[in-house]
Amino acid sequence: MAFLELDGVRKRFGENQVLHGVDLEVDEHEVVCLIGPSGCGKSTLLRCINALEEIDGGTIRIDGEQASGRGVDLDGLRQDVGIVFQAFNLFPHMTVLANVTLAPRKVLRLSRKAAADRAHALLARIGLDEKADDYPDRLSGGQQQRVAIVRALAMQPRLLLLDEITSALDPELVSEVLNIVRELANEGMTMLLATHEMSFAREVSSKVCFLDAGVICEEGPPEQIFGDPQNDRTRTFLKRIIEAGRL
Amino acid sequence: MAVAGGLVEEPAEPAIQRLHPIRTHLGRSIVVLTAGLVVAGLTAVALKRFYDSLGVVGTALTVWAVGLALLAATVAVVLAACGAMAVARSVQSGRLIPEDRVAARAAGAAATDWTWYVAGLSVTALVVAFLAFFLSANDGAVRHQYLDWDAIQEFLPSLWKGLWLNIKVFVVAEFLVLIWGLILALARIFPGKAGRPVRFLAVAYIDVFRGFPAIITIYLVVLGFQAGQVPPFTELQGETKLFWLCTTALVLVYGAYVAEVYRAGIQSIHWSQTAAARSLGLSYAQTMRYVVTPQAVRRIIPPLLNDFIGLQKDTALLSVVGLLEVLNRARLTSNRLFNLSPNLAAGVAFVVITIPLARLTDWLVARQARARAGG
Repeated sequence: MAFLELDGVRKRFGENQVLHGVDLEVDEHEVVCLIGPSGCGKSTLLRCINALEEIDGGTIRIDGEQASGRGVDLDGLRQDVGIVFQAFNLFPHMTVLANVTLAPRKVLRLSRKAAADRAHALLARIGLDEKADDYPDRLSGGQQQRVAIVRALAMQPRLLLLDEITSALDPELVSEVLNIVRELANEGMTMLLATHEMSFAREVSSKVCFLDAGVICEEGPPEQIFGDPQNDRTRTFLKRIIEAGRL
Repeated sequence: MAVAGGLVEEPAEPAIQRLHPIRTHLGRSIVVLTAGLVVAGLTAVALKRFYDSLGVVGTALTVWAVGLALLAATVAVVLAACGAMAVARSVQSGRLIPEDRVAARAAGAAATDWTWYVAGLSVTALVVAFLAFFLSANDGAVRHQYLDWDAIQEFLPSLWKGLWLNIKVFVVAEFLVLIWGLILALARIFPGKAGRPVRFLAVAYIDVFRGFPAIITIYLVVLGFQAGQVPPFTELQGETKLFWLCTTALVLVYGAYVAEVYRAGIQSIHWSQTAAARSLGLSYAQTMRYVVTPQAVRRIIPPLLNDFIGLQKDTALLSVVGLLEVLNRARLTSNRLFNLSPNLAAGVAFVVITIPLARLTDWLVARQARARAGG
């Protein structure tokens, strides 16, 4: 049984049907990339898995456990499923350390000391421990996004969702963030990421899913999707990406 | 090279090579100089009228005469000088046109600046002149009503006592309003379907107490609670009882205003902050407490202080229910002396206590603007 199972997930915002029944499986220690044109529902899908959006149909199961609909322990679910956003969403009124320790202290009930120790260890790993007492606005975009990743990791999630985490970064800052994701992949973190970084997707993912108009049109190993796409829409999409010089 | 029918088109005559006319602002400068002189004359006449109406005698008269003459002279000199500068720079600008177009433009710009000095100072002088005319009307009877130093002097000890009471009321009320307003705001945005009754209750409260004229609320609460012997106020005695009833009335009214300020602040925090907090497993209450409200409070300080200025002034309304605050005392003294000066003094006292808060608000707004600009 897959770690994350999506079965016919539907989501509508008013008149606008964003997800038309998405089926998806992510195994433990697997890295799955979602690619597709803007507005295809990648972000919405990730937000649904984390229950930031309520789904209108279908089911989501995490580790065999029902994770959608009423009667789900949302706060408990979210402890297991971390998400990192495109716009970092650090808390601007808190230092880096406070950003990272808030949830471990308030949700996991760690002592201030234990939470700080864990945060410092993680920050040291990404080379930002000396920024622990700075506020987010003193950090570059790349540094902020690395802190956001660490903030999610501090909750020791079993699944990490990454929502176009490099799209808001200047080109020269992208690699420092991707390096961390690469490391996480090597360490066996289960990840589902929406991304426009095609070469990165090709490199790290065990499976690539092409999402268009709210359905997964094609999925398979990266070599197949990027090398020999079967679906017409996948081909058109990848052709445009190549024209833009991004692959 | 531009391609016919392409995106790039060359203009027939590049704008930078066209000779823009240079404005010397001579007409404007002359008009302003003339107007300034007229205003100076008008001010002198008004001050003379004021002096004639004073009716003081002896050395005091000389002091007034010298002071007013100096004022009139200063107005005349400043307005004439600034007007003359405007004309001079304008003429200089005209002279420079053939030799140095840049310097000519600069001189023309300086001429406009001088005309604006004259305009601003003239309006100020006109206000002074108007006040002088107004206060000297009917041989100084108007001035006597508003600015009778003897009456003010007599009122001063009472003023301090009354003002101290106003200050006590608004400091206690502001503290309580901060708490009550936040409770109302959180109820107003209570989430989910099940929160509807709570939201409805909060909306109803806010609508009623914002819509009710504050003076009616004060009447109903202070007089009604006393007559109806509403607990826990019956436990209190005399002045203490009145103090707490009055404070309660103001808290009820201003809680509604401040609740809306809080709500605006909370709703101005982008939902992505809530999303980030909830995604980490924080509950709704924890998200409000640690993430949303702390950011909202920083943002609402200026509008909050604005409401506090309103609250401070509205402590004067408490005079209608017999609280011996500053306005009530002013009215008593005024009635006894048949003179309005104590009322004016009380008004000035209110201005003086609100100015620090007003400047603090300005400063905070400016600081926020700088922070947003990326300071």
